[in-house]
Amino acid sequence: MHYRWPVVFLLIMFAGVSLAFTGIDRKTSPPPPADDATPFDVMMSVVTHKRCMNCHPSGDRPRQGEDSHLHNFNVQRGPDNHGVKGLQCATCHQKENNEYSGVPGAPHWGLAPLSMAWEGLSRTEIARSFLSRENNGGKSLEETVKHMTEDELVLWAFTPGVDDEGNMREVPPASEAAFVAAVKAWAAAGAVVPEK
Amino acid sequence: MPTTFKINGRPVTVDADPKSPLLWVVRDTLDLKGTKFGCGKAACGACTLHVDGKAVRSCSYALKFAAGKEITTIEGLSKDGEIHPVQQAWTEHIVPQCGYCQPGFMMATAAMLTEIPNPTDEDIDANIVNVCRCATYYRMRKAIHRAAEIQKENS
Repeated sequence: MHYRWPVVFLLIMFAGVSLAFTGIDRKTSPPPPADDATPFDVMMSVVTHKRCMNCHPSGDRPRQGEDSHLHNFNVQRGPDNHGVKGLQCATCHQKENNEYSGVPGAPHWGLAPLSMAWEGLSRTEIARSFLSRENNGGKSLEETVKHMTEDELVLWAFTPGVDDEGNMREVPPASEAAFVAAVKAWAAAGAVVPEK
Repeated sequence: MPTTFKINGRPVTVDADPKSPLLWVVRDTLDLKGTKFGCGKAACGACTLHVDGKAVRSCSYALKFAAGKEITTIEGLSKDGEIHPVQQAWTEHIVPQCGYCQPGFMMATAAMLTEIPNPTDEDIDANIVNVCRCATYYRMRKAIHRAAEIQKENS
């Protein structure tokens, strides 16, 4: 009889730890796309993630962090989307993540232009926006796909490095390979934007 | 791996980890102690120096990116024996209190004045975001405007 208590204790502990981890996962990481998700679903699960959205603001200040707060230090968009003249993005952000300071980096780090502001838009509105030559800098569908699947700043989202506390930044819910495949499959099928 | 660049006009080759923060190399290898370590997170600006004339947080700037570049620290701000307008203005307004953060502020200001010769208060707010725990901001603001005047007088 007496040997059952340690077993019960371990079961309770296991259940508690499992619940705790489940809670953390739900709080900090969006769920991965379902197995039957369409290429559009997979693509937009990445595009609407904070790693992308933080630098596609609708205003003149980028956002940062897992809570997408306004960028510290009064950082401004500036005339060319790379900061003001004396405080450029490159004052702090270099061509790659800095593991000492926790400052993220990738080539041509900067904000998306206001024509590509996604903050506040639905996923279908975002998709229509980046398909629009008027908004996307005159890119054809082929050029848009190339940008989304090859640009180093876009793909930085999948290797965002550590933050200033040394904690790994959250990555989008789909892998880089799944995202790239989804973008290409969606474009090959006619780049149809669903109603919802 | 050796990395070659110029610091305050002098060519140097440094054999260190290419990922080393430039700040560490400047202070510990090149023995230029004017550039300060503050937060190590590119937040406070105490480590600000110039890379090809642009303000950069050297605690977050890997050594390898300095290859072939012109690095200027506070020790190299004055040229040809002439005190820099920012240094003159800082002296006139007795800006520093403890002084620790001041080289970073001065380097950030000097970089801004090359781009914005006559900054407004709004320009200063947007471009100079370093942190001073002695709260010398009021004196700095006056000194920045004075530095702009001196720069104009000298040009």
